[in-house]
Amino acid sequence: MLLKDLFRKQRKYATIPSPEAKKEIPEGIMQKCPRCGTIMITKELEKNLKVCKSCGYHYSMTAPERIRSIVDEGRFFEYDEDMVSEDPLGFPEYKKKIKADMDKSGLKEAVITGEGTIGGYPTVIGVMDSRFRMGSMGSVVGEKIARAAGRAVDKQYPFILFSASGGARMQEGVLSLMQMAKTSAALEKMHRNGLLFVSVLTNPTTGGVSASFSSLGDINLAEPGALIGFAGRRVIEQTVRQKLPDDFQTAEFLLKHGQLDRVVPRHELRDTLIKILEFHAYGRETQ
Amino acid sequence: MKNGYLPFEKPLAELRDKITELKKFTQEKSIDMSDEIATLEAKAARLEEEIYGNLTAWQKVQIARHASRPTTLHYIRTIFTDFMELHGDRLYGDDPAIVGGIAKLDGRPVTVIGHERGTDTKDKIARNFGLPHPEGYRKALRLMQQADKFGRPIICFIDTQGAHPGVEAEERGQSEAIARNLREMAGFKVPIICIVTGEGGSGGALAIGVGNRLLMLEHAYYSVISPEGAAAILWRDAGKAQEAAEALKITSADLKALGVVDQVIPEPKGGAHRDPMQQSAYIKEAILENLQPLLNMTPEELVEDRHRKFAEIGRYTTIVPT
Ligand SMILES: [Zn+2]
Repeated sequence: MLLKDLFRKQRKYATIPSPEAKKEIPEGIMQKCPRCGTIMITKELEKNLKVCKSCGYHYSMTAPERIRSIVDEGRFFEYDEDMVSEDPLGFPEYKKKIKADMDKSGLKEAVITGEGTIGGYPTVIGVMDSRFRMGSMGSVVGEKIARAAGRAVDKQYPFILFSASGGARMQEGVLSLMQMAKTSAALEKMHRNGLLFVSVLTNPTTGGVSASFSSLGDINLAEPGALIGFAGRRVIEQTVRQKLPDDFQTAEFLLKHGQLDRVVPRHELRDTLIKILEFHAYGRETQ
Repeated sequence: MKNGYLPFEKPLAELRDKITELKKFTQEKSIDMSDEIATLEAKAARLEEEIYGNLTAWQKVQIARHASRPTTLHYIRTIFTDFMELHGDRLYGDDPAIVGGIAKLDGRPVTVIGHERGTDTKDKIARNFGLPHPEGYRKALRLMQQADKFGRPIICFIDTQGAHPGVEAEERGQSEAIARNLREMAGFKVPIICIVTGEGGSGGALAIGVGNRLLMLEHAYYSVISPEGAAAILWRDAGKAQEAAEALKITSADLKALGVVDQVIPEPKGGAHRDPMQQSAYIKEAILENLQPLLNMTPEELVEDRHRKFAEIGRYTTIVPT
């Protein structure tokens, strides 16, 4: 394991491939902002980190796009890239849905984990992708995140995780639920070892993901307008039988209620993360 | 149905009524029909075996939700002695949907915590039917930290439909409260035994469920989502909860097979509500049996043991790149 790691580390970080880029072009060279209706050329939008130029609406980023926007020169070494889901419960339609999402997204699961440098700081990075089963957490997502936290402990690196998830994955039943405990336990070990974990909550982060690792950052950041919460809005409305405020369960709502450290616009995110990494690198041996 | 019988128990209920009637009749008339009665009783025993030996997931859910099913406070009062309830999270309030405190287990002080659904209507409303708010989870955390400090084993009773879905719960950080418990429980240096006694409803159940051992009553269920919720999402029809209950694999036998539950605790015929004292005895026996080996572990071994348990849960595979 160690030898293999050393060998792999000496390889240059590979530039992250972008299979989805080809697929997006035929879908339309224009994009209409769902909030203000402004139409932008897709290429321009991507150049602007998928933020609407008129109203600042943050479109969802794919995991490869996110990684390219955060790591130095887009260079990233992926962990566990071949791990895929089984169908442990024999759940109706599950295998078919996994296959369809693989084909659609070019991903193997709802999270990509790996390492790269950010502002020169070696960092373990995890990025969820809501195109794959709504970013839901089953065994693979839980295992990859737990292993990434384990690598952070082994290498004494900080861990930054971008969440985008509808919660635990129903089709793996209680095994999905238990991934909440597995990931949180892995973070407990990081915590005990005095290592930095930064959670960046992006749209949407709800249910079992919101109620496990994504709320456990030493610093919890969120993107503007991101939907973040435990229970679904409709379930709450049915329970309390009252109209909920418009900003309910947004990043701004959470900030107001003391549940977040900062809401950070996407254009400032990389610099903010570098600053946080710099604060926590002080006095540590550089590697 | 009367006497707390559930719909699928109807044939058995009717047969038992018949036997009771016949016994009364023969006594009044002083006639001997003991052969007939014996035959009917044998038939009832067979029927009982047939019904309770082949319960579907949905039938088990009905038993787990039975209005007379014993609650956490019953178990605490009958399994332990000297229970002293402790209140509040020291931050916001005291959530009666979770109870906790210190008690003695065969003379040994332990910290006991559990969801409490309440018994009569007034009590149930006061306890929000066992659906906790963040302050409930934070009270549980405070009591567990106290146990950790003083080296007391922790026993958790899990019985909730889930965390309360409400505006204030979100404002006060329901997600953070649950997440923090998961992380902190993973790191405590004392033995933790968790027992699903009724409904194990998703994250709201798991928030006091990160133990060295997870035990589960025979007819309890533990699920990532309620069968009704799953049916609504899958088939846009909450009425298909029966199918969802099967598909989700939520029974004690399922969880044992999936490697999540360590031991299934038997229930009296028909469920815990048929003989609550017997149920307490079964649970106590299981707690003692599981606690003993944990008491022989060092604090570091206990933490390692718990980490290993959860690290091993899950199913995945790797594909060989071509
Ligand atoms: Zn816009």
